[in-house]
Amino acid sequence: MDEKQILEIENLSVEYRTDEMLVRAVNGVNLRLKRGETLGLVGETGAGKTTLALTLMRLLPRGIGFVTGGSVKFDGANLLSLREGDMLAYRGKLLSMIFQDPMTSLNPVIPVGKQVAEVLELHNEAHRTKEQIEERVDEMFRLVGIPPERKGEFPHQFSGGMKQRVVIAIALACEPRLLIADEPTTALDVTIQAQVLAMMTELKEKLDTSMIMITHDLGIVAETCDQVAVMYAGEIVENGSVEAIFEGERHHPYTEGLFGSIPRLDIETERLRPIAGAIADPSDLPSGCRFHPRCPHCTQRCKAEAPAEHVVNGHMIRCHLYEGGAKA
Amino acid sequence: MQNNAQETERLRQYKKRSQLGSVCRRFAKSRTAMFGLILLIILILIAIFCGFFLDYEGEVIKQNVRERLQFPSWQHPFGTDQFGRDVLCRVIWGTRISLSASLVIIAIATLFGALFGALAAYYGGMVDNVIMRVMDIFYALPFNLLAICIVASLGNGMLNLGAACVVGVIPGFTRVFRSAIMPIRNQEYIEAARACGTRDLRILTRHILPNAMGPIIVQATLNLAITILAIAGLSYIGLGVEAPAPEWGTMLSDGREYMRNYPYLVIFPGLAIMISAMALNLIGDGLRDALDPKLKN
Repeated sequence: MDEKQILEIENLSVEYRTDEMLVRAVNGVNLRLKRGETLGLVGETGAGKTTLALTLMRLLPRGIGFVTGGSVKFDGANLLSLREGDMLAYRGKLLSMIFQDPMTSLNPVIPVGKQVAEVLELHNEAHRTKEQIEERVDEMFRLVGIPPERKGEFPHQFSGGMKQRVVIAIALACEPRLLIADEPTTALDVTIQAQVLAMMTELKEKLDTSMIMITHDLGIVAETCDQVAVMYAGEIVENGSVEAIFEGERHHPYTEGLFGSIPRLDIETERLRPIAGAIADPSDLPSGCRFHPRCPHCTQRCKAEAPAEHVVNGHMIRCHLYEGGAKA
Repeated sequence: MQNNAQETERLRQYKKRSQLGSVCRRFAKSRTAMFGLILLIILILIAIFCGFFLDYEGEVIKQNVRERLQFPSWQHPFGTDQFGRDVLCRVIWGTRISLSASLVIIAIATLFGALFGALAAYYGGMVDNVIMRVMDIFYALPFNLLAICIVASLGNGMLNLGAACVVGVIPGFTRVFRSAIMPIRNQEYIEAARACGTRDLRILTRHILPNAMGPIIVQATLNLAITILAIAGLSYIGLGVEAPAPEWGTMLSDGREYMRNYPYLVIFPGLAIMISAMALNLIGDGLRDALDPKLKN
């Protein structure tokens, strides 16, 4: 394994099993992430992005979510085979997660400072004293731009943006190696979004943390990520550097569809071109290529045969069109 | 300029109001709840300090045949009973027994109820099913009948009476607590706590229970009143506190034979039961309103 590789996901599959149905949420995902880099994970709602994140944290709902295959190597250890007790030491310390909605991801009855201190107390390998932990809490508050005097206040006394700052402070308090941000700015308004993103990028660089940024906002990806993975129906359909995705010529038809459905300032169009149809039902996935029912370039072959990953210069596209490296 | 600074300070103070503070303010707004609270405080003070001005051996349980069955007078404001004991002294001492017994019973029942309710709600599935079905079995029996069965099989006495009440109250508590904890279990902040590497036990005690405190407090207060009534009721049918001890229910039962000619024998203990149960119910209602976020302001 490459020294700089912090995360290697191989052929990972996850299922949700309930009495009514079997949902194949993640199907054979391969991903790699280098230390200090940011990976943008984009895709429609229901593509399996959050499931992938929960799998990494080993927080899939008990008795419902199951990993059915593949491996996740994080910093040399296989996360999926760790015992639950050992996993506790990873969560919050080496791996941490920012949830989508800051309004609900803070405990309403505990002062915010205590919530930051809690994660420090849980992972107190350095045997810090109470005063040292308090100092660290103050330091974290200053880092995320909240006056430390406010640490005794409760979450309901903060605005949404401020709450997300607290959540970020909690996530970064132990200087994790990998930060998973699950749509961290979806619940915030646009100006606050920009502030929070700028702060996250800055802190990430300062602490040399790798990050997985889950979002459906391509603007955020362009701004913060080094690498982009496009997810559709539980598969990575395209994976490459941010330049390759945003400026390259060759794209998976789904990626083209995503870009076609956002407004652009430089090209005059009457209407946006959304992708026809709805995302594949993960409890009843189409045969062959998962995207074929919505794909404008669909052929007979696409309906029957699942495409392989075609890689050129580190830019992966999972589509029959790119077989042998060139667009047919 | 000066004004501006004052205004900022005022806003700051306003913001500083804690959740506990606002709950207390809402509670204080309700007159009936405050009335109940004042009554309860008086009762608690009586229960604590009655030992200082009453001599248990000499005044509360000592029989004095010469003074038996005297109507209320300056010397004996509540009259005397068939053994010549001062009814006022006995009613006062009874406060101590009823309040302390019901407090202990409710404390134990709350502990178990919270434990079972939390386990059932948090783990769900099999654990939930087993706990709740056992609770259903107890729930199927009327409270009084269940308590009578338990006391009858274990024998009379305060301890057995307490145990019977605890067993009788736990199923209701477990249900209420389970339903209070269920919605909290699925909150995002619980998942966030788990993502920080918090253990199950810590999540339950530090993150879930404090958020479910409202219904737990209300349930406990309202059940205090029910327990006081239950203790009195069971003592009345002779299954509780034993003879010379001045329990209100026992006093009612002893006075029953003389009720036609000496009604004060049952009026005063009855009033004591009524006042304490009412005080606790008023407080419970007030707390329920104060803790309900939907009724804010």
